[in-house]
Amino acid sequence: MKHIFNPKFSVETAGGNGSATLTSKDLQTDQDIRWCPGCGDYSILKQVQTVLPELNIPRENIVFISGIGCSSRFPYYMETYGMHSIHGRATAVASGLKATRPDLSVWIVTGDGDSMSIGGNHFIHLLRRNFNVNILLFNNEIYGLTKGQYSPTSEMGKVTKSTPMGSIDHPFNPIALSLGADATFVARSMDRDPKHLQEMLRRSHAHKGTSLLEIYQNCNVFNDGAFFRYTDKESKADSTLFLEQGKPLIFGSSNQFGVMLDGFTPKIVNLEEGTVSTDALWVHDEKDRLKANILSRFFDNPRSEHHVFPRPFGVYFQEERYCYEDALAAQLKEAKDKKGEGDLDALLQGRDTWEIH
Amino acid sequence: MNRTSDVLDHVIIKFAGDSGDGMQLTGTQFTNTAALLGNDLSTFPDFPAEIRAPLGTLAGVSGYQLHFGSVEIHTPGDQCDVLVVMNAAGLKANLRNLRPGGIIIANTDGFDPKNLRLSKYPEGVNPIEDNSLEGYKVIKVDVTKMTRTALVDSGLGIKEIDRSKNMFVLGFLYWMYNRSIDNSVKFLTDKFSKKPEILDANIKILKAGYHYGETSEEFGTRFIVNPAKMPAGVYRNIMGNQATALGFIAASKKSGLDLFYGSYPITPASDVLHELSKHKHFGVRTFQAEDEIAAICSSIGASFGGHLGITASSGPGIALKTEAIGLAIMLEIPLVILNVQRGGPSTGLPTKTEQSDLMQAYYGRNGEAPMPIIAASSPADCFFAAFEACKIALEHMIPVMLLTDGYIANGAEPWRFPKSEDLNEIKPVFAKAPADGEKFLPYKRDEKLSRPWAVPGMKGMEHRIGGLEKEHETGNISYDPDNHQFMIKLREEKVEKIADYIPKLKVETGNEKGKLLILGWGSTAGAIKGAVQRAILEGYDVSQAHLRNMRPFPSNLGEVLNSFEHVIIPEMNEGQLIKIIRDKYLIPAQGFNKVQGLPFTSGELYNHIVDYFKNS
Repeated sequence: MKHIFNPKFSVETAGGNGSATLTSKDLQTDQDIRWCPGCGDYSILKQVQTVLPELNIPRENIVFISGIGCSSRFPYYMETYGMHSIHGRATAVASGLKATRPDLSVWIVTGDGDSMSIGGNHFIHLLRRNFNVNILLFNNEIYGLTKGQYSPTSEMGKVTKSTPMGSIDHPFNPIALSLGADATFVARSMDRDPKHLQEMLRRSHAHKGTSLLEIYQNCNVFNDGAFFRYTDKESKADSTLFLEQGKPLIFGSSNQFGVMLDGFTPKIVNLEEGTVSTDALWVHDEKDRLKANILSRFFDNPRSEHHVFPRPFGVYFQEERYCYEDALAAQLKEAKDKKGEGDLDALLQGRDTWEIH
Repeated sequence: MNRTSDVLDHVIIKFAGDSGDGMQLTGTQFTNTAALLGNDLSTFPDFPAEIRAPLGTLAGVSGYQLHFGSVEIHTPGDQCDVLVVMNAAGLKANLRNLRPGGIIIANTDGFDPKNLRLSKYPEGVNPIEDNSLEGYKVIKVDVTKMTRTALVDSGLGIKEIDRSKNMFVLGFLYWMYNRSIDNSVKFLTDKFSKKPEILDANIKILKAGYHYGETSEEFGTRFIVNPAKMPAGVYRNIMGNQATALGFIAASKKSGLDLFYGSYPITPASDVLHELSKHKHFGVRTFQAEDEIAAICSSIGASFGGHLGITASSGPGIALKTEAIGLAIMLEIPLVILNVQRGGPSTGLPTKTEQSDLMQAYYGRNGEAPMPIIAASSPADCFFAAFEACKIALEHMIPVMLLTDGYIANGAEPWRFPKSEDLNEIKPVFAKAPADGEKFLPYKRDEKLSRPWAVPGMKGMEHRIGGLEKEHETGNISYDPDNHQFMIKLREEKVEKIADYIPKLKVETGNEKGKLLILGWGSTAGAIKGAVQRAILEGYDVSQAHLRNMRPFPSNLGEVLNSFEHVIIPEMNEGQLIKIIRDKYLIPAQGFNKVQGLPFTSGELYNHIVDYFKNS
């Protein structure tokens, strides 16, 4: 991603960068981190602080904007510019910031309650407008800060403080929702796979447009183990499908399973049986919107006995599309080219005037 | 025929017809011509909330009232002298506002049985045919027929032909008031430059209306309204919403900060968005957000990024923005929130006017959340109020509420517009990098109690802000009880401190001491001034003062109030300013309230003043 030098607010000399020696430590603040011990947020913070220095962005040009919730405390722990805004609205704040300051690297930190529930509207509109910002959606399938109510991503039947008889809300599928809103970059990672998370952070940053990165994050107090099936050593390989561009969809502890497409219907095949060769498998293509939609439906409830599909991680979909802030800047330029820089006196005078002596 | 011309001081004309009859256009055209001829004027468009209410019904009547004269004009006028009606519904809805002996110009085609039935006249009754309008002078013209006859060879369809009917009326009125049609010809030529056949048709009908007046022997009298004696200078005509937009752009230029305007369409504020979106060459970025909350939040984002962030709405939309206004108050960043007030509560009366959101602006947030409030008093004053709101926001690092209302937002008046060099400079205070080894303190205060504005991109001043309570100076999260109370007081003091930077309140009309003070705010200024001037001429000891800084109040407001035996506060609400005044100054002020979706008339206020003196 290219950074445009903005002379108005930068005290840098042109060409100067100042971030050559930026380390992970430079991104830590003097504030005590207040997440519960063992929270998945610690790992995400660490991976972000690890990846950012590699990106060669001056620290003062980075902004973290969050809403409300446990994850939304994130900006306080990043020695960059930041705003802890209001519930669900980080996406809207970031839109205004990016519309006026395309030169900044803007990161939105949000949770499943913040972005899928109270901020659902802004979330989908940000995706369709495609501002060049990065969304880190911490999904722990629970409301943590308010002490344990079910969230819009909690599974049906979830027993929580507000659903003693089990939740009767059908959960959102954030990946499918994002694709439905025409997101240009959709990916999933998890707190307990630092290497993969780091790679997805790099990819999010590299994408020009809104990057949606859903991160499965364990809330060890109110929803402990929600994703253990995908993160624990014993079950991970058989339950997860790591997507790689141009590679066949293969998973399993001994890479024994593959995914085939029969028309539009995905099927799991056992490669060890020898009836299907890897050449016949579905080859992942991030540019294929239709297939990304099918992949997003690998979302069956893992607790159900009818559970079939592994949960995909990686980049589902990526495409280039114009960014809102660029189109806006182009209109401003066009207006200036056509009419010249605005003349206030001419504007105040208007078209018709008369004089009184 | 021997015709006479009467010279009149001032005239009030009301145009009324179906919302598709083009009455707003006819009214604005006549207004612009009156303005160019040097009349003082004031207008009041009055249209239905429905875009195209059923044709011919009372609900679908769209009106435009214009008051112009050679004398000082303060309001669109109480009772009209001339009522132009395109149909029976227009007459029925407006007859009660026509003065006895006034002129009715009626399009007879609009009084056919169908129109009469739709406007709920009893079976067999046609007001322009029976003698019920005896007390008025009725001029009947079959506008539809004449328009169709004139355009029979135009090649246009009947629908298109009928759409130029309003030009006939306009032409006729130009004749009646001795005005040239040239200005409207110029307007039409610009508007229809790409549709020559429509242009020809409109000009032809405009002329036909004018010639009809000239040749028809029905009308013996024409009227002359001479230019007004206004302060020397160059004038233009301006509508309130347009003036607000221009005020924002002027503030952007004077502060050197590009303007970002986040807004969601809502009546009657949308015209500000429309106007601003035309001026992108001023660096204006308009953003039509997905909802009211996104509109304000995006503006907060733009302010955080060092731009002039502005958002706007009307009452219900402001209610939605409430939480974000609280955030801006905690962040202490510059932001202007425009509320073009309309009739409430809830959806209320979207196209009608009211001043009933003052309490919302004052108190309508969770927690102790004071903010400065400025209210515009006339269409042209919207410019200065908008400019001042931006200046306070940027120089005091604070969100400011700007109140206008539907009446002045859509109303128009002549404006002796300023030169850009005569406008005050606006000086936002950006943070300076801390000395080596020193930590940047985002909530350190200056003499205004304002904090430094450090914008992303400024090196060495990286910091985090948010809605949680802050520790004094460092801005870190703090739950300390003493700190919280200290910060609550500090934010309030910061608002109060603005009183040191705003003008004192002046008694505008009448003596500075005396028996009765009429204290107004916002759009009632013109009506109050007219009433008070008249009462003074008749020997009453009454004065007028008008508030534009609603919070903080001018520092001498208490003195002014105490210089009078009694204070009356007229408001288009149930009494909102009066509660604040009583609370703050402990005086027994009396209210005079009207909540009908309509502005005060000068007559109503005058009568109230006279009643006061009768009863005291």
